[in-house]
Amino acid sequence: MTDALRELTEQKYKYGFVTDIDEDRIPKGLSEDIVRLISRKKGEPQFMLEWRLKAYRHWLTLQEPTWPNVHYPAIDYQDIVYYSAPKPRKQLSSLDEVDPELRKAFDKLGIPLVEQQRLAGVAVDAVFDSVSVGTTFKKKLADLGIVFGSFSEAVKEYPALVERYLGSVVPYTDNFFATLNSAVFSDGSFAYIPKGVRCPMELSTYFRINAQDTGQFERTLIVADEGSYVSYLEGCTAPIRDKNQLHAAVVELVALDGAEIKYSTVQNWYPGDKEGRGGIYNFVTKRGKAMRRSKISWTQVETGSAITWKYPSCILQGDGSVGEFYSVALTNNRQQADTGTKMIHIGKNTRSTIISKGISAGHGQNTYRGLVKVLKGAANARNYSQCDSLLIGDKCGAHTFPYIEVRNPTAKVEHEATTSKISDDQLFYCRQRGIKEEDAVTMIVNGFAKQVLKELPMEFAVEAQKLLGMSLEGSVG
Amino acid sequence: MTKRGDEAMLQIEGLRACIGEKEILKGLDLTLRAGEVHAIMGPNGSGKSTLAQVLAGRDTFTVTGGKVAYEGQDLLALPPEKRAAAGIFLAFQYPVEIPGVGNMYFLRTALNSIRKARGEEELDAMDFLSVAKEKGKLVEMAPAFMNRSVNEGFSGGEKKRNEILQMAVLEPRLAILDETDSGLDIDALRIVAGGVNAMRSPDRAMLVITHYQRLLDYIVPDFVHVMAGGRIVLSGGRDLALELEKKGYAWVDDLAAKGALGAPAAVAP
Repeated sequence: MTDALRELTEQKYKYGFVTDIDEDRIPKGLSEDIVRLISRKKGEPQFMLEWRLKAYRHWLTLQEPTWPNVHYPAIDYQDIVYYSAPKPRKQLSSLDEVDPELRKAFDKLGIPLVEQQRLAGVAVDAVFDSVSVGTTFKKKLADLGIVFGSFSEAVKEYPALVERYLGSVVPYTDNFFATLNSAVFSDGSFAYIPKGVRCPMELSTYFRINAQDTGQFERTLIVADEGSYVSYLEGCTAPIRDKNQLHAAVVELVALDGAEIKYSTVQNWYPGDKEGRGGIYNFVTKRGKAMRRSKISWTQVETGSAITWKYPSCILQGDGSVGEFYSVALTNNRQQADTGTKMIHIGKNTRSTIISKGISAGHGQNTYRGLVKVLKGAANARNYSQCDSLLIGDKCGAHTFPYIEVRNPTAKVEHEATTSKISDDQLFYCRQRGIKEEDAVTMIVNGFAKQVLKELPMEFAVEAQKLLGMSLEGSVG
Repeated sequence: MTKRGDEAMLQIEGLRACIGEKEILKGLDLTLRAGEVHAIMGPNGSGKSTLAQVLAGRDTFTVTGGKVAYEGQDLLALPPEKRAAAGIFLAFQYPVEIPGVGNMYFLRTALNSIRKARGEEELDAMDFLSVAKEKGKLVEMAPAFMNRSVNEGFSGGEKKRNEILQMAVLEPRLAILDETDSGLDIDALRIVAGGVNAMRSPDRAMLVITHYQRLLDYIVPDFVHVMAGGRIVLSGGRDLALELEKKGYAWVDDLAAKGALGAPAAVAP
């Protein structure tokens, strides 16, 4: 057999029809060829490929940032498989086949049975099938002209919209992780709300078809046209395990004149074991651009991942635009979080609010890092920031790095910060009233986080409360 | 009012407790029966509040000797939440603030924790609310006040009224009131005392700790004990409090110094 022939046969084996699993995997490592291959496999138009390649070439010039207050072993970027096609998970025939530990978590969170089945990948009754529910919703959305689906679909069906807004908030040159994402992102969500339309339901990946395994390099783009409104939910409270340790997602929001986007996240990726082994590294770039009199509101509850690096931000470009950031970040055991926001005031009469609640337990390290920047033209800009930290035990840490840059003398910027511990007095008071120590801690933590939790959509908030309690299990006593 | 001859609800014998190296309770004896209201008076630093905290299970104090039997059980072996479930309630001298936790949510959690520990059915939000509203009348609690965070931003009087509201909802067998009168003006004192009196019952014992006789004009005790130096040095009836007020705590110190007190009088004649 000649070399050429062998190459051909092996290639056929590699990409051929033999098994589903090998079919859509590509070799480890990152190169221009890999980027081209990803784009080809996804059947993307030329502009996408060019954009990816520009990102890749730029990425080669960047260094991984070292300023975050997190510590982890060096990542070998050539030891990662950058594309694996979304494939349906193995279907189980009943909940009895599900990992008992996962079921315990579901029960504690009070997740309805139907949703439990969906999350665990159990085949469900046609009536309750989330896909059919999803289809019903999709029809309703389509009637209003709302586009909501996977990013890959959008690239093919609405290339003009994607080309216009992709990278308009987070350019491919933005930062090491965002640039990497731009080169290799696998899939994600896309939503477009037409002028003046108020989206009648919370958009959630729950109802997105082909939502399984969106992968480690997720990309989301939401465009709210003039005067429209949308509330978007990302993630879920159920514990999510993933074989990929590195996650680098990008979310871009565009709120055109008078539009409002409310973006809520509950993140509960696998945090690793007690010693921090095996947890997800989550490096996320989230940013929104707010045009005239529009509003962007970020709410996040971060309890998972071994490392969280994430700063959902607002560029308040239009006059009278409003940015909000509400965050609860909890670190337990060996978890590390460096999270916060940037509020960039460009337009006149722009307003921003930052409420950040950091909770540290075990050996957890929790850092708030925020920037409030008022540019020269931002007359009468206003910001209010409140950063509270709660410590549980004496081995954890809370850190706050608030940066404030003001270039306009009419701006008003307020910053408040507190650090507190759950006191023995509080615990004893609760226990004297019959409440067990663990329940008392959960109650006090939820009280501490209340200002943020109340920003979440109702059903999400209830689950998030339980999640905070669960994430703290074993942190006292 | 007293049901003599009944078994003791709470029997404290030779109780000793310290904080760090410092001994505060130095061999204290006290017996309470159901239906009785006992007042404990004494100068600052005599160990009154320590007694209350030790009975409730506060672990900053170490019990170094003696025993406490509560309805036949070894009370000192139980963690605080089990003591609460067994019917012991402490109205705190300094009620604690818990920011962000609704007052009614807290109280419902407490009630349901206790009910659960006793194997009783938990109350749902609606049922609980009607109980709380009813009991709230006892201490003239405005509904708005029920929705605030636990003790956060409450005045001194509101905090104490809130303690009595909690007591009324939790319906303890043994209520320990630690200086519930401190920081109260005369109107608030009347309200709080009214709430406490409404809860007197043949099944319930109360231990009222106070620095001043004044409270006992409103909550009339069956027995009065005087503490000094970590022990009960004088016991008597209602009149003892009045005599004490006339002569001052210096009188007790004098008696103690002269060694005139000997062993404390038996509690129930």
